Amino acid sequence: MERPLTQHITFPPLGLRQYEAVGGYQAARKAIRHMEPKDVTALVKEANMRGRGGAGFSTGMKWSFVPMDMPGPKYLICNADEMEPGTFKDRWLLEGNPHQLIEGMIVSAYAIQATESFVFLRWAYKTAAEEIRKAIAEAYDAGYLGKNILGTDYSLEMHLHTGVGRYMCGEETALLNSLEGKRATPRAKPPFPHVSGLFGRPTIVNNVETLSYIPHIVNHGAAWFQSLSRTADGGTKIYGVSGRVNKPGAWELPMGVTMRELIEEHAGGMQNGYRFRGVLPGGASTDFLVEEHMDVKMDFTGVAAAGSRLGTGTMVVLDDHTCPVGFVHNLERFFAQESCGFCTPCREGLPWTEKLLWALELGEGKEEDLAVLAAHATLLGPGNTFCALAPGAMEPLQSALKYFRDDFEQHIRQKKCPYHS
Amino acid sequence: MARIFIDNTPYEVKEGKNLLEACLQLGLDLPYFCWHPSLGSVGACRQCAIKSFKDEDDKKGRIVMSCMEPVRDNMRISVNDSEATSFREHVIGWLMTNHPHDCAVCDEGGSCHLQDMTVMTGHSYRDYRFTKRTYHNQDLGPFLNHEMNRCIQCYRCVRFYKDYAGGKDLNVFAAHNHVYFGRQQNGTLESEFSGNLAEVCPTGVFTDKTLKSHYTRKWDMTYAPSVCQGCSLGCNISAGERYGSLRQIVNRYNGEVNGYFLCDRGRYGYEFVNSSQRIVHPAIRPHHNGSASREYIIGEVAARLKNGKAIGIGSPRASLESNFTLRQLVGAEHFYLGMSDTDHDHTSLALKILHGGPVRTPSLHEAETADMVLILGEDLTNTAPMLALAVRQAVRQVPMNEAMQQVHLAAWQDAAVREAMQEAKGPLFILHTFPTSLDELATGIHRDAPDNLARIAFAISRALGAPVNGSLELGETEQALVNDITAALKAAKRPLIIAGYGTGCDHMMKAAANISWALLQGGGQPMLSLTLPECNSLGLEMLGGHRFDSALAALKNGEADTLVVLENDLYRRADKHVIDELFSYAKDVILVDHLYNQTAENATVLLPAGTFAEADGTIVNNEGRAQRYYQVYVPKGEVQESWKWFLQIGEKAGVQRLHGLHNLDDVVWAMTTAIPALAPIAKLAPNADFRMAGQKIPREPHRYSGRTAMLANESVNEPRPPEDEDTPLSFTMEGYRGEAPAPLIPFFWAPGWNSPQAVNKFQSEIGGHLHGGDPGKRLLEPHVNGSIPFFTEVPQPYLSMPGHLHVMPLYSIFGSEELSMYTKGIAQRAQDFFVIYMNPEDIDEWNITPGIWVNFHIEGHAYLMVAVPNHWLPRGIAAMNAGLPKSQIIDLPQCIRFSGSEVTSTF
Amino acid sequence: MLTTSEKEQIEKEIRQVPVKKAACIEALKIVQEHRRWVSDEGIRDVADILEMSPEEVDSVATFYNLIFRQPVGRHIILLCDSISCYVMGYPALHRQLVQLLGIQYGQTTPDGRFTLLPNPCLGTCDHAPALMVDHDLYRDLAPAELESVLAKYT
Ligand SMILES: Cc1cc2nc3c(=O)[nH]c(=O)nc-3n(C[C@H](O)[C@H](O)[C@H](O)COP(=O)(O)O)c2cc1C
Ligand code: SF4
Ligand code: FES
Repeated sequence: MERPLTQHITFPPLGLRQYEAVGGYQAARKAIRHMEPKDVTALVKEANMRGRGGAGFSTGMKWSFVPMDMPGPKYLICNADEMEPGTFKDRWLLEGNPHQLIEGMIVSAYAIQATESFVFLRWAYKTAAEEIRKAIAEAYDAGYLGKNILGTDYSLEMHLHTGVGRYMCGEETALLNSLEGKRATPRAKPPFPHVSGLFGRPTIVNNVETLSYIPHIVNHGAAWFQSLSRTADGGTKIYGVSGRVNKPGAWELPMGVTMRELIEEHAGGMQNGYRFRGVLPGGASTDFLVEEHMDVKMDFTGVAAAGSRLGTGTMVVLDDHTCPVGFVHNLERFFAQESCGFCTPCREGLPWTEKLLWALELGEGKEEDLAVLAAHATLLGPGNTFCALAPGAMEPLQSALKYFRDDFEQHIRQKKCPYHS
Repeated sequence: MARIFIDNTPYEVKEGKNLLEACLQLGLDLPYFCWHPSLGSVGACRQCAIKSFKDEDDKKGRIVMSCMEPVRDNMRISVNDSEATSFREHVIGWLMTNHPHDCAVCDEGGSCHLQDMTVMTGHSYRDYRFTKRTYHNQDLGPFLNHEMNRCIQCYRCVRFYKDYAGGKDLNVFAAHNHVYFGRQQNGTLESEFSGNLAEVCPTGVFTDKTLKSHYTRKWDMTYAPSVCQGCSLGCNISAGERYGSLRQIVNRYNGEVNGYFLCDRGRYGYEFVNSSQRIVHPAIRPHHNGSASREYIIGEVAARLKNGKAIGIGSPRASLESNFTLRQLVGAEHFYLGMSDTDHDHTSLALKILHGGPVRTPSLHEAETADMVLILGEDLTNTAPMLALAVRQAVRQVPMNEAMQQVHLAAWQDAAVREAMQEAKGPLFILHTFPTSLDELATGIHRDAPDNLARIAFAISRALGAPVNGSLELGETEQALVNDITAALKAAKRPLIIAGYGTGCDHMMKAAANISWALLQGGGQPMLSLTLPECNSLGLEMLGGHRFDSALAALKNGEADTLVVLENDLYRRADKHVIDELFSYAKDVILVDHLYNQTAENATVLLPAGTFAEADGTIVNNEGRAQRYYQVYVPKGEVQESWKWFLQIGEKAGVQRLHGLHNLDDVVWAMTTAIPALAPIAKLAPNADFRMAGQKIPREPHRYSGRTAMLANESVNEPRPPEDEDTPLSFTMEGYRGEAPAPLIPFFWAPGWNSPQAVNKFQSEIGGHLHGGDPGKRLLEPHVNGSIPFFTEVPQPYLSMPGHLHVMPLYSIFGSEELSMYTKGIAQRAQDFFVIYMNPEDIDEWNITPGIWVNFHIEGHAYLMVAVPNHWLPRGIAAMNAGLPKSQIIDLPQCIRFSGSEVTSTF
Repeated sequence: MLTTSEKEQIEKEIRQVPVKKAACIEALKIVQEHRRWVSDEGIRDVADILEMSPEEVDSVATFYNLIFRQPVGRHIILLCDSISCYVMGYPALHRQLVQLLGIQYGQTTPDGRFTLLPNPCLGTCDHAPALMVDHDLYRDLAPAELESVLAKYT
């Protein structure tokens, strides 16, 4: 089985020479020297590369919206903020193969004719920061970055920006504000960043995993990319499992493996004495899937059909010793805390759900609380709030109310959390 | 126009607007918080949610924020959809989770947008059962209270204060449900427009502190439509009274003039009306100090006028009606302009330029649309504050239009437009001797002595084709600046040139006129705005009269022996020794004014005059726009309009020129007949006999409370409400309840809309004109035919005279205006009056120690002042804070001689 | 007042961005690196060099949870309190830390050695529970190991 993304991951990672020795920077050479920018975009579009940052939007399509004839600078940004609870895939790529990401960024930047690029890295990734910094310096020295890359008239600068906290920074427009030195509150769309992004200029934001894939698509083509996958959504995907399983971890697997394969084969099944109750398939802001979904194919379409989202593809398992109410409370506390405070439903609604869930946990829940929780799950839905944070926050809540309703009711009936003796 | 379907009914609405504006425009009640017609949309509060449907077959639809959606042809939306209404109700529910239930003790109560929206959405039951978060409040200085617990996080305050008005010291702090709006630390809000926060904030976080000191609810206030007397711009205000004292000034929307905002001088400068220094009883000195009856006094004054040789001194801070009646009383040939000669020179020049020249002077609203601004010798924030705010909007025009085109945005998409524009600004050039607060926006600034700046301006006009005589040799930098400005002026579609009285140098206005005229001649469409010293300077000048200095001559040579002074402290018109001398020659000084001041001390007869709050009258702003203000309430004591005093005295004295005039309409008729230039004033507002459905227009909201009881401590009988014979307004709550004609609207209030935001019900377009047109009539339109009267004489370069200083006036929004200084908060923010700013090298050369008292001489008179070094002053130029009470040097600029080292170390 | 080295570092950041203000977060990070936290004076220093008002700078500073506007200890413990660590037992780590240090979240030990803060997901969920002390990441932690971890920091 091919694992293009992770086959050269080592700790410490490959240096520039070693990376070149395994075929590194060939894609950059090919694209910049021999391809037109628009052909790179067309190729990525043809490959049906869907963004790995959570929303799954077609990457080539996104690039094709950039107004190429607009004068002035354009920007490419790598979203390496990875703060979605339960998600740890980008860290692997960042620490294990920074040159692959940088090459991906160079090719992508070339496709949209960006003149400057940024890696927006979360604060906690100290090792990654070191490796990326080192790799960028090497790339500059080797002439892959800077003026007149590879002797062409294409030039690209690359900077590493490390954040100072706040989950919101991962939301692409809030990220732009943060890069501009401002509060990380989101911006209205339209205008989309590809028209008015960083400093009001056309900007593309892509996830680490998305960008790391680009060199391989350029090297091997769209058909190859498609062939890696078991489904219509092309490529491989980094999947991860955490929670009470025997071998928590992350693996690069063909797009569309089933949940059962992931949990039972790769993660080694549930730990002794723990039973599977459900899973957040792609990070904290996705709906629970349960036993009945074990054979769902883990691609964008498959998970969506099961009522959830592939999200980041890194799942968190809920076991039978963990209180689902406490579990959801932990999530909502996170979301309430990380709300930027800009729009009303999110700023005021999330703390409300958090307080209700905590009251339930303390045994102070009331019958009518469930209705208020359920109401919030719809009221904070997509379109009602300014950005996708609150709708994401409601996904685990609404599905928990559906699948674990009995647990909620028991908290109220027993006036305590049944999981705490 | 676009056709849209709202709840299946088709409507025609303007394309390019957002749906919220469109709905409000159609008279629908759709709640909102964060959107503001002047601030645009950001989509934060989520209160304006509606349903949007893809097409006729789409039954499900999706929730969208109406403020964020552009109107598109054929779109289908629903306001009444149950999901949308339920969502809107929940938005209030969320906001209420932390909002205190303190309406009863909240200053906003009764005129609160949050209350209105709560009722509008039907939210009435509290589901939230947890405790509320609380905040510490800040001391924000004399103008605003801060009560953060009431905040609903609409972000309007920072968006107005920072983004719109350019303030630096208010911001949002922290995140999630801890966001906090305030300063970094306790302290006075620095922006000159801070008071607008009280109206921009939809709830009681920022409220008017001066109102709090004599608090009254909106429904208990007696209001009248009024006009600010704070500067020459004439912003429209509503003034509210209760128990015989003026309680509050709020914005009165005028689409052409001030829009939704006021400056802090205008909003807070009203406390003189309630001052303990008010003259409330007529007095004759030395016999009847404060006890003479009105009839007795009138008889006495009439007799003295008949027996004496009287001259009248008018006032630029009194109404046209009062000035006109005085002029009639004494005769036009005995009427003197009560302004300093410098002010008169400026105002008459301005009138000549605006009346005799071919270029139009813009309204404040038009000024906002300029795509290039050139300011000559003016610190607008301090001399014409709202014009400074307009310039702040004007410099956004060019980059905003560019961004809108590139990114396909509408202007109301505020955050997106600002992001696309970044820090880009359109061309703004400022030539002034001092730094100004608009400098931070300027493309180019240049500082020099006024004459040198005027030379640059003349050179620009010459480059544009104005015929200018004389040599205009300039330095290299100056010439480069001339080239830059000339190019920018030529490139602009609607350039605005601003000059005025700021430096006291005539040449500045002349050069400004030249520039605008040359541009017009070259086929451009320039605008020319000239600032003037006072609220009715232009009106008084149009009325006409003798120069002030000739009054002294008339007294000295015996042509006159009696002075009738209208609403004027003459000690503010010329230096002290001049006025002292003037009074020494007068047998009688009859003063009609509001306040005991230095002039009152010299008066032999005192007649208590109504302030703007107690009088009807008309003033003319710097645009030449005549505007009517109305009496708010009937004052205690013998106070009445100055023009009424003159009518009564005139009748007693048998003055033919005043014969048959009894009320406001009579006076206006006589005035407009006598002075044709003022003719449009006759049609300014409906006459006193105007009725709607047979009724007068009430000054009091119909929920006015306690009328039968409010005077119960004085009498058990309810007194008859006073009658208003001069206007169609009544002093009661009874009367016509519908919408009054725009000039007569005392307060904005509509069913369901108790807050000032009710104004949307009175506009023919949201943020546009009021129904039937905005109040006010322009008296001056450009004179088009004939040749252009260019100013051809160029000033000489400035030469500093050894041993002399050219002292320029330094105007301040807080301090330079006479009446507003009676407001404690404004006085608190004013500067010292005895300071003289000097170039440090001058200080060195003259061997002065900064910070201690020094003697200066002007024409033989000595003045003690403290020298303060200032690096931006050119050699030989000094500056003094102008107009402050107790200043002795009035008529600035002047030439001061330093009289050696007469230094007294203490005072 | 900014030290020479703070100033140099900030000026370097300013050169990287199109407008001075855009270096705000970088400047705050630099000041914090040197002084461990950003005091009101620190806010004013940053404001001065970037030609911003203290309000503008503090508006940014107070938004981000890793800019410290209150004094902190010599070492910062960031305990992950997000979902995978919750499932894998971070509450036990928390209890143990509170006991060992005698402080609650947000507090600093009286000797100024440690400040204890909760932190969202550290991105190492397959090795939960986890925490960071300063720049060091500790994973798969059991409460019993905490004492030896803390011992490394003086
Ligand atoms: C609250 C929030 C947090 C997000 N955090 C991240 C993140 O940490 N990393 C990421 O790549 N995308 C994140 N996203 C998604 C981004 O907004 C954006 O869609 C993504 O970076 C696009 O990259 P892609 O097209 O390569 O998927 C977040 C979205 C939201 C609403
Ligand atoms: S600008 Fe002048 S007229 Fe307008 S509110 Fe301010 S002081 Fe009054
Ligand atoms: S008014 Fe539309 S979201 Fe606030």
